[in-house]
Amino acid sequence: MRHIISLLMENEAGALSRVAGLFSARGYNIESLSVAPTEDPTLSRMTIVTSGSDAVIEQINKQLNKLVDVAALIDLSEGEHLERELMLVKVRAEGDAREELKRMADTFRGRIIDETDRTCTIELTGSCAELDSLLEKIGRDLILETVRTGASGIGRGERILKL
Amino acid sequence: MELTGAEILIRCLQEEQVEYVFGYPGGAVLFIYDALFQQDKVKHVLVRHEQAAVHAADGYARSSDRVGVALVTSGPGLTNAVTGIATAYMDSTPMVVISGQVPTGAIGEDAFQEVDAVGITRPCVKHNFLVKDAKDIAPTIKKAFYLAKSGRPGPVLVDIPKDVSNQKASFEYPASVNIRSYHPAGKGDSGQIRRAAQMLLQARRPMIYAGGGVVLSDASAQLISLVRLLNFPCTNTLMGLGGFPASDKHFVGMLGMHGTYEANMAMQHCDVLLAVGARFDDRVIGNVEHFAEVPRKIIHIDIDPSSIAKRVKVDLPIVGDVKLVLDELLDVLRNSTPDAAAMAVWWQQVDEWRAAGGKMRYKNSAEIIKPQFVIEKLHEITGGDAFITTDVGQHQMWAAQYYKFDQPRRWITSGGLGTMGFGLPAAMGVQMVNPGATVACVTGEGSIQMNIQELSTCKQFHLPIKVILLNNGYLGMVRQWQEFFHGNRYSETYMNALPDFVRLAEAYGHVGMRIEKPADVEPALKEAFARKHDLVFMDFKTDPTENVYPMVPGGRGLSEIILAEEL
Repeated sequence: MRHIISLLMENEAGALSRVAGLFSARGYNIESLSVAPTEDPTLSRMTIVTSGSDAVIEQINKQLNKLVDVAALIDLSEGEHLERELMLVKVRAEGDAREELKRMADTFRGRIIDETDRTCTIELTGSCAELDSLLEKIGRDLILETVRTGASGIGRGERILKL
Repeated sequence: MELTGAEILIRCLQEEQVEYVFGYPGGAVLFIYDALFQQDKVKHVLVRHEQAAVHAADGYARSSDRVGVALVTSGPGLTNAVTGIATAYMDSTPMVVISGQVPTGAIGEDAFQEVDAVGITRPCVKHNFLVKDAKDIAPTIKKAFYLAKSGRPGPVLVDIPKDVSNQKASFEYPASVNIRSYHPAGKGDSGQIRRAAQMLLQARRPMIYAGGGVVLSDASAQLISLVRLLNFPCTNTLMGLGGFPASDKHFVGMLGMHGTYEANMAMQHCDVLLAVGARFDDRVIGNVEHFAEVPRKIIHIDIDPSSIAKRVKVDLPIVGDVKLVLDELLDVLRNSTPDAAAMAVWWQQVDEWRAAGGKMRYKNSAEIIKPQFVIEKLHEITGGDAFITTDVGQHQMWAAQYYKFDQPRRWITSGGLGTMGFGLPAAMGVQMVNPGATVACVTGEGSIQMNIQELSTCKQFHLPIKVILLNNGYLGMVRQWQEFFHGNRYSETYMNALPDFVRLAEAYGHVGMRIEKPADVEPALKEAFARKHDLVFMDFKTDPTENVYPMVPGGRGLSEIILAEEL
């Protein structure tokens, strides 16, 4: 099953490699990983999307918690949560296709952030599934580049991960 | 007053009451060695290979309750140390390893003797640090010792660039340490402990399975009280030997791949299993599916939550320090006893297995020395009171089976990583921290050659270790597997051109003895152990065809155990 794990870790050199190394050393799946400092610059927040059986997910949570640099951890998928990913996609946009593309971006509530005679770059934020869906609609033939950040997650309401 | 980073480091070691540092100098640690030279509180033991420094620190820590300390230079010094660090990590030894690093300005430039120490050791340390400023040395060392010793112990590496060790900073050793992201477990959950007590009292076929966590937590006394109070059978893992006295009637021997018949059968057929500081390792329970076929309730006490429910499903987890949890469990259980009738039936069954398991005994010979016989005599002559280190292979299993440990911290072996070359350097650490004690290294002719250069260190530091070499001319454990599972094709397990170990020992300035007849085993051991101040290297020519029994073949279940005469 797909899980989205969110954690707070010391913002120190090498902390990211401890997490990444743990996943590769123990053979866990990693679908995406995004990380950046928080309002407290000594802490980084990381979101990991992974998958595995319940037993494997339990081990992943425990092994992550065991890392000395990991200060707090929550498996967001165990409760109400929000999940967003940012995507930038550059598309071949010539002639009639350009109008069609703009309509498509509108439908998905995406924004055109760059245009040239022949290309058009769309910014879209949404769930991973929404991003997948836009890419499918555009079609691989027209897509020149896709950049995705991986999911960022946060608990709903009072579900807060803080030190 | 400002001190250099190197001076600060040595002051920190003094503050931590470090008695010995095991190490090897080099370019990146010159300032540190200079600071060591100018004081005499922290003593340095010069080894002949960095791997040995770490194993010696490991033996030092395991045979005491202290943190082992090793010091190596950058690059090859560090990479040589990695096997020792991984060994300590797998067996949870509290240890601080200090490595030199190229100057900060040269990091990343492929400088001479540069290696990414933090990156290379990351998967085999509890934690590691690269210190970039001399003012960070003291807080980092404080954290390193705290991390190494608290919670589930383990090795911590501190990498110090050369310029940092020569940079000046003010020194103040922190009185306390607080790591906001690190909270090792202490007491167990009281509700869980009460539920465990009930489950134990309702058991009809209980079993206590105790591992290295009992030794690390210094919880032997608590375990003994618990076993005797409940009158339950108790087994030890390889790492746990000595955690429960082998001479106690409740002890059914070591379990696992080369465990006793009675321990493995009781493990497989019990209805309530109490696992204490043990981790259901593959060498211990064999095939997980086979193990899980039996409907038994499992209570698991461990300080490391990730050890719980890793390989087997656990019904009642208790995360906490083994000693504190057992103390509380004993309190709850006070004045209660399990069902006496059920226990009588269960003990009758266990004793039947014990009688059948007696078959694991080897057949002694008057013509050729049986390795098991040597260990039995070793036990007898040392009064069961020696510190025994080993290398890895058949000799290790025979030592585990036939040297009956009654006390914790006397059995020093590489269990998790299975590191050949561990025994002799580990014995050096043991002897350093237990100066008057009898220390023997049981080894094989394959293993001993992996760190034999340490005979030189032993000479320099007058370490009267007794090396018990069970020399069968083969890499015996591999040969055994080849006999059982690879059609007797002994691929590369016969060592041609073995050295004359007696002359080799003599060349290093020690006493060498060769023992070729069973009748000479006892007198030779007596003579060797009477030499209180000499290292005696005893080369026992043993039966090359002897196998370790019983054996649970890899991937099989515990009850699929092979006893000696079945083959």
